Amino acid sequence: MSILIKHISKSFKDVTALKDISFNVNEGELFGLIGPDGAGKTTLFRILTTLLIADEGTAFVANYDVVKNYKDIRNHVGYMPGRFSLYQDLTVEENLTFFATIFGTTIEENYDLIKDIYVQIEPFKNRRAGDLSGGMKQKLALSCALIHKPKVLFLDEPTTGVDPVSRKEFWEMLKRLQQKGITILVSTPYMDEAALCDRIALIQDGQILQIDTPKEIVKHYPKTIYDIAASNMYELILSLNEYQYNHSVYPFGEFVHYTDKRDDFNPEDLLKFLKNKGLKNIIIQLTKATIEDTFMELAR
Amino acid sequence: MKRFIGFITKEFYHIFRDTRSLFILFGMPIAQVMLFGFAITNEINNVNIAVLDKSKDATTQEIINKITASTYFSNKQFITNEAEIESAFKKGNIKAVLVFEKDFSEKLIKENKATVQIITDATDPNTANTVNNYVSSILQKYQQETNKNIKPIYQIVPQSRMIYNPELKSVFMFVPGVMTIILMLVSAMMTSISITREKELGTMEILLVSPIKPFQVIIGKVVPYIFLSIINAIVIVLLSIFIFKMPVQGSLFLLAAQSILFIINALSLGILISTISETQQTAMMVSLMGLMLPVILLSGFIFPISSMPVPLQIISHVIPAKWFIIILKGIMLKGVGITILWKETLILVAMTVFFIVLSIKKYKIRLE
Repeated sequence: MSILIKHISKSFKDVTALKDISFNVNEGELFGLIGPDGAGKTTLFRILTTLLIADEGTAFVANYDVVKNYKDIRNHVGYMPGRFSLYQDLTVEENLTFFATIFGTTIEENYDLIKDIYVQIEPFKNRRAGDLSGGMKQKLALSCALIHKPKVLFLDEPTTGVDPVSRKEFWEMLKRLQQKGITILVSTPYMDEAALCDRIALIQDGQILQIDTPKEIVKHYPKTIYDIAASNMYELILSLNEYQYNHSVYPFGEFVHYTDKRDDFNPEDLLKFLKNKGLKNIIIQLTKATIEDTFMELAR
Repeated sequence: MKRFIGFITKEFYHIFRDTRSLFILFGMPIAQVMLFGFAITNEINNVNIAVLDKSKDATTQEIINKITASTYFSNKQFITNEAEIESAFKKGNIKAVLVFEKDFSEKLIKENKATVQIITDATDPNTANTVNNYVSSILQKYQQETNKNIKPIYQIVPQSRMIYNPELKSVFMFVPGVMTIILMLVSAMMTSISITREKELGTMEILLVSPIKPFQVIIGKVVPYIFLSIINAIVIVLLSIFIFKMPVQGSLFLLAAQSILFIINALSLGILISTISETQQTAMMVSLMGLMLPVILLSGFIFPISSMPVPLQIISHVIPAKWFIIILKGIMLKGVGITILWKETLILVAMTVFFIVLSIKKYKIRLE
């Protein structure tokens, strides 16, 4: 077991950040912590990386206790905080050399591990880290977190504020790292990224809602979901909210995801209702539940 | 050890890439020494005075010549009546007016007594006082010279001798003070800012989750500033020796050793400040208010400690700068050695150890 979390709770003054959290992450697993801002993801990361002490519960990372053996953990994990935390006035190469040195290694020694990532930023190695673009910064930060060949990698919202192309590349890199035997715990507020993890935990208000593989989580979705579109989206959402049998209404890209309270729901009834509201070009079609739908349903 | 060197290298990158603080670091000492040496001074030189001479005889002429012949005063204008005195002062370029009464010589011979009125502009009390004293002493000297042949009934002659700073140069008093301020500022403020910057930018979070030990971080932060502060101390001493002709009577080696001791003391204070402040702003404010003001006001640099109220005198004992100024004055002006200064040195050593132990205890190995 790479990460073992047992009944962790943590409060700050009068705010409860984590309530009785327990889960395990297997060796070599890419585990996602999915939840909105303020769900407690960062607090959990900080407890696991020995930066905070939990009020209750115990946790082990790479078989080390996060409180008693904090020094061992600091030798064997890589941590990339949510905020860009490298030295902005140092160049790309200087940053990487610095982190290699304080972990008692060199860039050459573990170059094969970071090669895929580093080649992309190598052309800019003499540029100051502060002048890099968002995606480049993340790649550099990941290189720095990897340079000492950690057993477990903690990535706190690594793709927040990064363009879609770089985000995709970033996740491809994580997949490759996973193949090299590194356990990765990653948090993200983006539901589409959740599907790329081996297993995910949905977290909100400091509580775990569900833990499973992305496929299973979606399977558990209890309702039938319909994609609904009309020429006037705003009017459509207003009308659906007025509809007395609606269970949930969420805008989802160019469609609205709709579920009904009744088990014997007939889309024709809804179509009639919407037509009476004066909406045009109405489309109602069956669709598959996504992780986002599951999350919204669980968070209700 | 490799880790440690890597850390120090990084610190030097930070310092040399931040041109603004580099400018403060090296520009400030020079500017301060020059300011205190040339501009801020208690001495008077070429003070403009005006004369209202109602008798215009040989004696008054002689006295006026005596006064204006000194480098202290230059006669700016002659005034013809009392009404002009006020307007002369109001124009602001006159610091004093000498008024000789009518028939000065005659009265002196007939009545053995004649008066000179000295009117000074006391908006600046120090200057007014000094001007007054200087004019009085010139008059007295003149009196003694003219009375040489007459034997007075009896006479007490004070023979004063100013030692250690015979020319009463105020720069001699300021140099130890400025050196103390600058070492304090560079060492304490710069280190506290550089440590809190790591907290503020989040890099401290990564440093904590790494094998580097707290004392390595602290010493790594301190070493570069020890170097820079030593360079500053050397610059200040060279400036004072070559520009202000300040003597260094005692041993240069002792001066260097004591300066390093004080630098380490200030650095440990800086670390202590960084452990209690979360942002660079707070660190700077605490350094300025908590360190600079006491150094300037309570260290005996500008205001003599002996004339302070007792509570302030007691507070002044806990200010490291006070002891360092005593040591500096002792070495530079009096030329005394460690046999005399051991007590002050011991106090500084004790304070340093206290600050270091306290800051290592207060250094957080986690975020809260």
